[in-house]
Amino acid sequence: MAPSFDNLPVDDVDDEEIDFSDLREQFEVRLEEGLDTFVVIDGLPEVPEESQQKLVKFLLRKLKSVGKPREDNVFMPLGDDGKTQGFCFVEFATVEQAAAACKALNGTPLDKKHTIAVNKLSDIERYGREGRIDEEYQPPQIDEFQEKEHLREWLGDIEARDQFVMYRGDTVGVFWNEKEAPPEPAVDRPHWTDAFVQWSPLGTYLASVHGQGVQLWGGKSWNRQRRFAHPGVNLLDFSPNENYIITWSHRPIQVDENHPVLTLEEDGKNYVVWDIGTGKPLRSFVTLDLPGPSMDEHGNPIKKKIQWPAFKWSADDKYVARMTQGQSISVYELPKMNLLDKTSVKIEGVMDFDWAPATPKRDGVRDYEQLFCYWTPELGSNPAKVGLMSIPSKQVVRTRNLFNVSDAKLHWQSQAAYVCVKVDRHSKSKKSLATNLEIFRVQEKGVPVEVVDSIKDTVINFAWEPKGDRFVLITAGEVPANAAVPPKTAVSFFCPEKTKGSAVGNFRHIRTIDRKNSNAIYWSPKGRFVVVATVHSQQSFELDFWDLDFEGEKEEKDKDLTANLQLMSTAEHYGVTDVEWDPTGRYVATCASAFRHQMENGYHIYDFKGNLLREEHIDRFKQFLWRPRPPTMLSKEEQKKIRKNLREYSKMFDEQDLIKKNSANRAVVEHRRRLLEEWLAWRASVEEELKAEGIVDALEAMNVGKGDDFKDGEEVIEEIIEEIVEETEEIVA
Amino acid sequence: MRPILLSGHERALTQVKYNKDGDIIFSVSKDHVVGAWFSYNGERLGTYHGHQGALWTVDVDPTTTFLATGGADNTMRLWNVQTGKLLKTWEFGSSIKRVEFSSDGSKLLGVTEKRTGHLSTIVVYDIVQDVDAEQTDEQSLRIVCDESKATVAGFSYGAKWIIAGHEDGSVSQYDVKGGELLDNVMVHEPDMPITDMQWAPDRTYFITASKDKTAKLISTKDLNVMKSYNTDTPLNSAAITPVKDYIILGGGQAAMDVTTTNARQGKFEARFYHKIFEEEIGRVRGHFGPLNYVAVHPLGTGYCSGGEDGYVRVHHFDKPYFDFMYEVEREQARM
Repeated sequence: MAPSFDNLPVDDVDDEEIDFSDLREQFEVRLEEGLDTFVVIDGLPEVPEESQQKLVKFLLRKLKSVGKPREDNVFMPLGDDGKTQGFCFVEFATVEQAAAACKALNGTPLDKKHTIAVNKLSDIERYGREGRIDEEYQPPQIDEFQEKEHLREWLGDIEARDQFVMYRGDTVGVFWNEKEAPPEPAVDRPHWTDAFVQWSPLGTYLASVHGQGVQLWGGKSWNRQRRFAHPGVNLLDFSPNENYIITWSHRPIQVDENHPVLTLEEDGKNYVVWDIGTGKPLRSFVTLDLPGPSMDEHGNPIKKKIQWPAFKWSADDKYVARMTQGQSISVYELPKMNLLDKTSVKIEGVMDFDWAPATPKRDGVRDYEQLFCYWTPELGSNPAKVGLMSIPSKQVVRTRNLFNVSDAKLHWQSQAAYVCVKVDRHSKSKKSLATNLEIFRVQEKGVPVEVVDSIKDTVINFAWEPKGDRFVLITAGEVPANAAVPPKTAVSFFCPEKTKGSAVGNFRHIRTIDRKNSNAIYWSPKGRFVVVATVHSQQSFELDFWDLDFEGEKEEKDKDLTANLQLMSTAEHYGVTDVEWDPTGRYVATCASAFRHQMENGYHIYDFKGNLLREEHIDRFKQFLWRPRPPTMLSKEEQKKIRKNLREYSKMFDEQDLIKKNSANRAVVEHRRRLLEEWLAWRASVEEELKAEGIVDALEAMNVGKGDDFKDGEEVIEEIIEEIVEETEEIVA
Repeated sequence: MRPILLSGHERALTQVKYNKDGDIIFSVSKDHVVGAWFSYNGERLGTYHGHQGALWTVDVDPTTTFLATGGADNTMRLWNVQTGKLLKTWEFGSSIKRVEFSSDGSKLLGVTEKRTGHLSTIVVYDIVQDVDAEQTDEQSLRIVCDESKATVAGFSYGAKWIIAGHEDGSVSQYDVKGGELLDNVMVHEPDMPITDMQWAPDRTYFITASKDKTAKLISTKDLNVMKSYNTDTPLNSAAITPVKDYIILGGGQAAMDVTTTNARQGKFEARFYHKIFEEEIGRVRGHFGPLNYVAVHPLGTGYCSGGEDGYVRVHHFDKPYFDFMYEVEREQARM
């Protein structure tokens, strides 16, 4: 009979005899929940029994900040000498309170002599149990010093070539840019990044982005320099001097206990600020949602745009600031990442702010300062305001009131000499829009403001000349509702008037080019040259190369201007999405990135005059980024000297180029000659063979075109041309 | 000279061929009709009716007497070029992808498609050199391609071997007498089908085109890849020009993707490369669909291309085409 529930042989097995110990060990549940509310406070003074009450009360006052344990929750044992022993146990109501107590109070000084240590009881059990700690001191292992590769080694290139990175398909490669020859690879690695690559602002590091975090690479052999384990990272931003990096992920970080770098501190945060030097996190933050409804009218959640970068760096890496829209700006001091003066700067209604991109040199100001510019919209009867705030003093050094403002954009000039506030103003009826430019002359006494209000249409793009005082803007006409084509745009150039002294004159309009489709402005990093382009468009893809200091004749009407505008050339690159100047201002790279569309992905390289030097179509081409260069180490005098002797240098360079070109050409010709000889030799051997084998038809075919029959080309062609002479229609009965 | 547009077909062209003198072009299309045209002015000479399905292939014998065609109606047919009379129909279990005469016209081969129940085969018939005679039903040779199906095939010089290109990117050399496989070489990317194979005039080497975007110049005797031409688009056809050392490549993105992208990206151009230096020399635009076949005039004076767009474009080369020479070629010519 088969065993069933009714007739199980109950008495056969004695429970006691079975050895469960292995199973018990394997599945043991750690019952520590009860003890998790206990903490051990160490480092208390040793007091006689009669003062114990006082000490406990004193201690409870300290603990009040995290929870409210009562007197009988504190157990302070007495030693053999009748004194307390310098420690006590405290029970909290919840585990969270106990954890908070450890975090907040550990290391708090009670008085000059006593600093308390607060730890979880369970932790003491876990780490402090006998045998867990070695009785003898073991000095920590310090790795031998190993010399690292020079991170700026690429700057020592004999020909001063620039590098760029290309991300195409799954492969990332860094290449040397050559004048005429194809780019020379420096390194090429498959699957180097998962999302995108990014250079650090001075070109020292190349950042790759992975699911587990960000990695920095550099040096001659492209070794990994740093790793920042931010799971699910989406975006990253370097500080201008490469001291710090901020990583952001849209999902809050979930830190598990054994994470090597991140601690519970980072749990639930979106932003992490890291120190590049040590590779350690400095502080973390959550994303601030922009104000506004979170649901649309149908009750669906609105996908909000995130502000990027939300954290903005001052020019010298000393401060980083974030705006809480409409309320305040929080300025943090580095490297400690503490809030400056422990409070945010309250600016009611603040919409946007931007740091000066260089340490400002205001007239008559000697103390160290950084500036940022911000604007606030009209609030009730108060006008809209643009302000400049000095940090660390938090003084508003200049404000300006504005009316009828619908939007404003802040544009700093690269040396922080000017900040242009592009103000979109609506008419009283709110029907039409116009743009004013309010230009703050930061370096002049009292920060005077100049207004350019001659612009009729709305300005869609604006750009200052780097290290200069001219600018280009693009205006667009009214957009008819639901129009399929974007409106025509106009490109305008502005420059200061000529003045007698060294001062910069008033800004004057040079010229406007109408009926364009352009929407983007790319100045050469050295100024003077500018590319005005149409990007992200299917219909038009023009690149206009302009020179603002044309060395030809100047038109009479422009004689008071500090510019001589000339269109050098116009190029086209179908599907162009990105335009980038190389850091020396010699080349312009344009690329059609597969991030945006799948059509004719690839890149072009132009010289600054707009001559196409190279074009390459590469499937799934994603990124083309020039490696930035750090600022020059030469003094002003040295630079001047070089500029003066440019002619001699260029003669030398021309010679070098010629030699290189000749040798390259010679190599190509040699190669071709060899190929041709090989081919002819092969043909001769084949012919020989065929003759030996007596294959006639093939030999005959070989002579096609060699004989005279082809050269004479006498061919009789008979053509019959039919013509209808007469046409009659007859009805057949 | 302006290209001549032959617009007699209603559907995509599949193959175009010059006869040996180069005065007539034969074209086959998916519209079931075979067309014959004067190459000089594009005038239509006539059509050959009878096929019941899309046509895949055509070839003409060296004397322009017989015309062979094959198509999706599972038949291979032999026609009298001059009268248009259907001389013979061979029936098979699957469609005919390629027909080709040997260089003396005495043999005709056909490549059959692989289908459930039918392996891909290469069949050879001896052709009786008389238009009035009854053609044989007996295959003089039958090669079964069980490794990977054959897509293209042809006779070598002197009809010593049959060379076949396969779907897996390899080419094979078979003995013409017994049909034994003598050699098989992977010349293209694995699993990238070979789409076309055309001979040099003397058939001592040939060129293959493949979906892997490359064309290869291969010697007939030892299947040695001598040159490789890299492009940026899948190739459907490749031809070797006589007189000048060029090759012509045709292709474009797959026909099924054409409607979803614009013509700009389609790369529907005939590309000229230098045969020896492997460098691109020029491109000829015009088609608005992928090029399915390019054929060169046997005397090297022009070429024509058949496109998915239903047109045949006939081009005659101008003087600069013949005058163009690389420096090293000029040196060679002076010697």
